[in-house]
Amino acid sequence: MKQIFTRKNLPILATTFVLVLLFGTFSVLFDNFLSLRVVTDLFASNAHVGVVAIGMTFVILSGGIDLSVGSVVGFTTIFVATLVGKHEVHPVLAILLALLVGSVFGAGMGIFIQVYQLPPFLVTLAGMFFARGMAFVVSKQSLEINHRFYSAVIDAGIPLTDKVILRAPACIFVAVFVVALVLAHFSRFGRNVYAVGGNAASSLLMGVPVGRTRIWIYTLSGFCAALGGVVFTFRTQAGNATNAFGLELDAIAAVVIGGTLLSGGVGYVAGTLMGVLIYGTILTGIRFYGNLDSSWQRMAIGALLLVFIVIQRLLTRAPAREASH
Amino acid sequence: MRGISKAFRGVQALKGVDFTVRAGEIHALMGENGAGKSTLIKVLTGVHPRDGGEVLLAGQSVSPQAPREAEELGISTVYQEINLIPELSVAENIMLGRQPRRFGFIDWKELHTRARRALQRLEIEIDLHRSVSSCSLALQQMVAIARALDVNAKLLILDEPTSSLDEHEVAELFKVMRRLREQGLGLVFVTHFMDQVYAVSDSITVLRNGELVGEFKTAELPKIQLVGKMLGRELAAVEKVGDTMALGADAKTTGDAFLTAKQLGRKGGVEPLDLEIRKGEVIGLAGLLGSGRTETARLLFGADRKTSGSITLDGRATALSSPAKAIGSGIAFCSEDRKSEGIVPSLSVRENIILAMQAGRGILRLLPRRKQDELAAHYINALRIKTPSPETPIQNLSGGNQQKVLLARWLCLQPKLIILDEPTRGIDVGAKAEIEKLVDSLRREGMAILFISSELEEVVRASQRVLVLRDRKKVGELSGEQINEDRIMEMIATHE
Amino acid sequence: MNSAPSTIISRFLQSRIVWPLAGLALLLLFNFVFDRAFFEVSTRDGNFYGPMLTVMRLSVVVMLLAMGMTLVIATGGVDLSVGSVMAIVGTLTAFLAVKHHLSFPSLLGVAISVSLAIGVFNGVLISCVGIQPIVVTLIMMVLGRGVALNITGGSPLQVVDSGVLFLGKSFIVGVPVQIFLVVLVFAITVILCRKTAIGLFVEAVGDNETASRLSGVNARGIKVLVYIFSAVCAALAALVSIGDAGSVDPDGLGQMLELDAITAVVVGGTVLTGGRFTLLGSLIGALLIQTLATTLIRQGMDSAYAPVPKALVILVVCLLQSQKFRAQIASLIGNFRKPTS
Repeated sequence: MKQIFTRKNLPILATTFVLVLLFGTFSVLFDNFLSLRVVTDLFASNAHVGVVAIGMTFVILSGGIDLSVGSVVGFTTIFVATLVGKHEVHPVLAILLALLVGSVFGAGMGIFIQVYQLPPFLVTLAGMFFARGMAFVVSKQSLEINHRFYSAVIDAGIPLTDKVILRAPACIFVAVFVVALVLAHFSRFGRNVYAVGGNAASSLLMGVPVGRTRIWIYTLSGFCAALGGVVFTFRTQAGNATNAFGLELDAIAAVVIGGTLLSGGVGYVAGTLMGVLIYGTILTGIRFYGNLDSSWQRMAIGALLLVFIVIQRLLTRAPAREASH
Repeated sequence: MRGISKAFRGVQALKGVDFTVRAGEIHALMGENGAGKSTLIKVLTGVHPRDGGEVLLAGQSVSPQAPREAEELGISTVYQEINLIPELSVAENIMLGRQPRRFGFIDWKELHTRARRALQRLEIEIDLHRSVSSCSLALQQMVAIARALDVNAKLLILDEPTSSLDEHEVAELFKVMRRLREQGLGLVFVTHFMDQVYAVSDSITVLRNGELVGEFKTAELPKIQLVGKMLGRELAAVEKVGDTMALGADAKTTGDAFLTAKQLGRKGGVEPLDLEIRKGEVIGLAGLLGSGRTETARLLFGADRKTSGSITLDGRATALSSPAKAIGSGIAFCSEDRKSEGIVPSLSVRENIILAMQAGRGILRLLPRRKQDELAAHYINALRIKTPSPETPIQNLSGGNQQKVLLARWLCLQPKLIILDEPTRGIDVGAKAEIEKLVDSLRREGMAILFISSELEEVVRASQRVLVLRDRKKVGELSGEQINEDRIMEMIATHE
Repeated sequence: MNSAPSTIISRFLQSRIVWPLAGLALLLLFNFVFDRAFFEVSTRDGNFYGPMLTVMRLSVVVMLLAMGMTLVIATGGVDLSVGSVMAIVGTLTAFLAVKHHLSFPSLLGVAISVSLAIGVFNGVLISCVGIQPIVVTLIMMVLGRGVALNITGGSPLQVVDSGVLFLGKSFIVGVPVQIFLVVLVFAITVILCRKTAIGLFVEAVGDNETASRLSGVNARGIKVLVYIFSAVCAALAALVSIGDAGSVDPDGLGQMLELDAITAVVVGGTVLTGGRFTLLGSLIGALLIQTLATTLIRQGMDSAYAPVPKALVILVVCLLQSQKFRAQIASLIGNFRKPTS
């Protein structure tokens, strides 16, 4: 706790700084930007990205990558919509089923990666194609979800003031964040994730159950992706096989902006939250500006990523030199 | 341990070795490369199952099947390449996998208390919150030891613990080792640093070629005898005359200096040394493993940046800042690490042979295929490389033949100086002799050769001059008739 | 010693393209038995049409990308930015043609120089600054898509340049120009790789970078070169793609094609860890995936399901390369044999 300003914490400090700077700039530029409502909206409208990115954080911390999450989100939306709309399954059951399917799917990829020592990039690439294809198999048409439960969820929320309500998606995002925080820092699983990402060979010699941890990580990511899909349906009240195309890259970008190294072992769940919020703030700012299109968002995210990565590289290179004499 | 045997793929790595460590002693385990030290350790810690013999721990027969089991029995190991998670904190590294928990959550306070206690046992203080990667290697070593001791260790094995520490850090480590000895632990100290063995150990076991040479009280074994036992020669045995003279002695080293290095050194690598290599001369670099031989070679080749000194080639000062420049100046370097620095495994013998030559010609001027085939055929024939065809991937060849291919890679450049770092390691006797002969004929053609080998016999046979290194310092130079194994051993052992 | 013909056969059997070629042959055999119409070729206005030609036409863009990707993967890297490079080049050329009426040669010049610049950017960050290829090209992917959208503000454009339309739509002696272009690029690439030292250096760097550097190979330069080449391939793919479609959608152009290109390379027998590569294999890989999709669609599969067989192909290829899987299969076969013998 004593040393906040260490080299290791620099990336996440930079992230925080950028978030504050961005938010501050927009607050100066636009009236009404600095308000609780904008903040809650930020959480609500980016909840699905946030939930997915948190799952992705564990994968990247372990030194892996999961390209399948966007497709799993898309699959989940259409899966839930079809169950509710066509088969008249109660939404709660449908959601639970979707979460189960997502987790099992993630576990499957984890098993392939671990047991056959396959590159995560390729296995999850296959997973990405597979889940997207299966989403179309479920239904090619977009399907609306009309159910009392959904209306209830959409109206639900935690009132913060008499005008501002933290909507259900935002609540789920926050809850997932808190659970992930505890998991990462106060469970053996979480610490094992860091260990595996830091040095898998050493972890094995130190008695860390590397294989089991890896499989659980991909299961967790699959679960988060499915949950992200569920959150997505809360926002759109519909399912569509084409939903969340390319979301995996947004999630990876959020994680990286959040200061987590793609090489594994270094990073924080809290950083990912900041990454998602930066991502959302840029989006909101562009919306406030009015006549700017989404191209600016991508360019801003790209440029930010570039700056962060180069900073990270310079930071990680310096100690490496010392060590190697 | 009694009568331990272990064979790998028919090669007997250990032949009925006995090894005894008593509680409260520091026991050095010594031997040159391939003597069987690491195999013995790995059998002891359950990494490899043994083929024969038994391990007794406090009178009880044990047979750990995995490092984990060995740890539970009280046998802990700290490996040379320290196994820690660099980005996690000191405390976490000590406690990883056995974190104390309350209500299922990690109890960080208790964790830090226990980690502190483990470090206190070594009487060292490190900030528990620091990440391991920010600690010096010496501190990391301490963390690894603390971690090993957290279990109810009875025996602590330190595998080459000092190879990357400086003098002061070594002294600190020794203090800790003595402290643990007083606490009644048995310590096994694997190393190749002679002075350190004498500084800290109570007894010494020497292995050679998988066999036990003997166990000795450190105080009763003079250094020079220890060197002799490790290298397998008795001092008095004078067999040198015959073959020593056979190759090198008729040499007239009248060539001009090709390379002169003044105060060449690298922080953490080798201390500044002077070196002159003349045309038509073989210079031997002798010294034990880790004495700075390879480091010197890499400096001359530009593979590592020098931090001091200067190099002149043919009388002109040269920077030699990269391998490409060194090659351009006529220097070639056959690395001792054939696998990771020499061969390009899935490329063919032909491609491996022409790689350096092509690199010199650049991208556009591809060596015509006919010329490539000629070169490959010529060297396969001249060096008697045993390969089904020039198109066979080099990874399918035996070690000796891979080595010859690498030699061919450099010879086709017709370098002025070739640095051979352990060119005969891990290859069979026949190939060794061929390579030695080749070295001699190259010298006769006027090439300068820097010859590095752990086998003194080889160095003596091949060289006109020998530089002796110890503990990363040049400790002397012998030339002409002064060169013999006894003298070299003496210098390695006693020079201060 | 082996006699000459048998060494040629054994060398062929050991080569990397055997598996994808066998897969492709199997598919064609399937079609030959169950769907003879697959091989039908009709002529209209002297141009050839038919399912096989359609398969080839549909594979052209991925083939072009795959050639660049093959060299990148051979050095042990990966290039995720090619889809975005396509978007930038496609949108920019279409825009310049519409707004500033640039001629085809100058459009080509713009396409090549833009892709060159992107390739240099990728290559320098990877080999000189030392950032992982996947990260650098991911950044370029996000950034590039933004730039492409920014050119037109995201709105689609018509392709008006006759040269670009010629590339995408026309026929020469009845065969689509695109196919000639792929053959041409393939020939040039093979010549570049095998008649200069590029191929050798790429393989050496991908297989053992340290050893290559110690042999004097300019590993950094080689790496920059392959990313440049990959970007240029993407630029050509963009021209073909927009010419074929007749319009440009900055948001959709090249979207996810980087992953198709990687798939084609991996299926073609070049491993993701680098080293030996086969350009022909990558072309066959692209063709195999498209043939599989077309075959399944002709057998009644919905075209939207096409990602599923693609996923299975990737998985099978991965498993075939896995030591453990091979061992398991071998022991399985062994167990089968034991009871019968």
